[in-house]
Amino acid sequence: MSTHQPPMPQAPAPAPDWQAAPGGPYPGYTSPIPVVRTHLGHALASEWTKIKSVRSTMWTLGVFVLLVVGIGLLSGALVEANSDSESLSGENPLSFGFFGLLLGSICIITLGVLTTASEYGTGMIRTTMTACPSRARVLAAKSIVFFTVAFVFALATSGLVAMVHASMLESTGARTPTGSEWFKATVGISLYIALLGLLSLLIGSVIRHSAGAITIMIGVLLAPLVLALFMFTESLSAVRDALLEYSIPNQMSVFYSNSLSESGPSGWDPLWIMLGVTAAVFAGAYALLQSRDV
Amino acid sequence: MIELEGLTKRYGEKVAVDRLTFAVRPGIVTGFLGPNGAGKSTTMRMILGLDHPTAGDVRIDGTHYRQLKDPLTYIGALLDAKAVHGGRSAWNHLLCLAQSNGVPASRVAEVLDVVGLTAVARKKAKGFSYGMGQRLGIAAALLGDPRILMFDEPVNGLDPEGIHWIRNLMKSLAAQGRTVFVSSHLMSEMALTADHLVVIGQGRLLADTSMADFIRTNARSYVRVRTPQRERLLDVLHEAGITVVEAGGEALEVEGGKAERIGELAAQYGLVLHELSPQQASLEEAFMQLTAESVEYHAHAGPGPAPQDWGAGWKGA
Repeated sequence: MSTHQPPMPQAPAPAPDWQAAPGGPYPGYTSPIPVVRTHLGHALASEWTKIKSVRSTMWTLGVFVLLVVGIGLLSGALVEANSDSESLSGENPLSFGFFGLLLGSICIITLGVLTTASEYGTGMIRTTMTACPSRARVLAAKSIVFFTVAFVFALATSGLVAMVHASMLESTGARTPTGSEWFKATVGISLYIALLGLLSLLIGSVIRHSAGAITIMIGVLLAPLVLALFMFTESLSAVRDALLEYSIPNQMSVFYSNSLSESGPSGWDPLWIMLGVTAAVFAGAYALLQSRDV
Repeated sequence: MIELEGLTKRYGEKVAVDRLTFAVRPGIVTGFLGPNGAGKSTTMRMILGLDHPTAGDVRIDGTHYRQLKDPLTYIGALLDAKAVHGGRSAWNHLLCLAQSNGVPASRVAEVLDVVGLTAVARKKAKGFSYGMGQRLGIAAALLGDPRILMFDEPVNGLDPEGIHWIRNLMKSLAAQGRTVFVSSHLMSEMALTADHLVVIGQGRLLADTSMADFIRTNARSYVRVRTPQRERLLDVLHEAGITVVEAGGEALEVEGGKAERIGELAAQYGLVLHELSPQQASLEEAFMQLTAESVEYHAHAGPGPAPQDWGAGWKGA
């Protein structure tokens, strides 16, 4: 493949029979291609082409679907097989979607980081910034396209798993979820995961190195919970409780009203916390992008 | 037109680009020449708004690059062939660039055809050879049919046919009235393509001159003559009013290009000639002379043992 030599064109760029516009302070060639005043829409189209034209996107999203749906169905089947008609009485059947989404979020983190950091790894970022000198526009376009993709995939998979669980676990005595529970277990958790991915995208833009940024994000996802698990002494209990309550897995489980503790974030709190953190990191990533050389 | 004014880039203590002031005009090929590490690429990155200048200013037709709304239709640049995501096909790479500037997608097929990559348009860029990557970069530069083109070391890694192609491409682009700015560290390459020359060394401007002027001032042409009848030839030439510079050994160097006249004189006086060859001092030498003090990375011969002594210790054993 690499030894293939393309045929040599005989004539270089065909000279358009267009006369240079006379006068003006800067004479020279004038292209027949109409000049377009670009806006965010152009950058969005460009980023959409980029994200769908690399295989790593298909891989990470494919594994995400596999994990969320596969583990979701598996946990539902396991729970049903080990239950009689009373064992889940009064419980929310949607809460078993949590396991698949927790593991799947690693895929979203990876895709988020790759969306920005891989451009630095390959040198593509110089081409991108040359084509679109407004760095704010580049960052905004990447963020919007990625967030939309992540949200749609999370919503579709979590919605599917929730519907299957609701019907599958009826026989185990689980109650019928309320409308607000349905909303939180699908739209709520999907917004949260898409924001987590967006945070990864921004960290990728700050760190400019895929492996480094993915490591940091996996650490953010898991380290607080793991550390807290081993804080046995009573004197560390306050730290331990805070780490547990604000660890990302615990905040995700809040969307299913399944917290590790009674205190800590509840209701829609996790989403607002993540929104605040992401907004702050966005501002930082934007400031760095403006000031650094590409 | 690209205008630089006192453009400076400092990395800590090190000055990469030092108060560069010059203009690149439309309609001609301007060569940007300097040894490795002279600051050529840094200058080009600042023109494209990728790096922030420490001081000074650079404008594209009077506008800062960051203010251009449709930069690809204004200026096309080949910075390095590796500025491509290897997992993306040539087609998609160009398509996403076209979309970001509102360039019609039909241009993608056109520029792929111009650079001769149509057959591999759907292949991933990571499978491309260096020369093919270079062509893809040139396709990206031509995508918006821009008024200004900038190429950083475009002939690097190309085969002779590719080099020939890109020379003609640059000339024809300039002939259409475009501004063509091309960097190189090879004087011989520039001599064949550039009409104007900007030479820098250690970030400083060393020359800003037309190619013809540069050749006139720097390239000495002379005729090299070797003969066993040295004294007689000297007399004959002196009588004919031809200035002779004695070179080392038995060779004579005659200023100016008068090989025919010398040959006729030799025949007239029955002198034997072993060599009669018109010579041109290479522009490469002139360039090296110009940049000698500013070359950053010298290959050092000393103070270690001279090359011929290498391994001498073993021979004695």
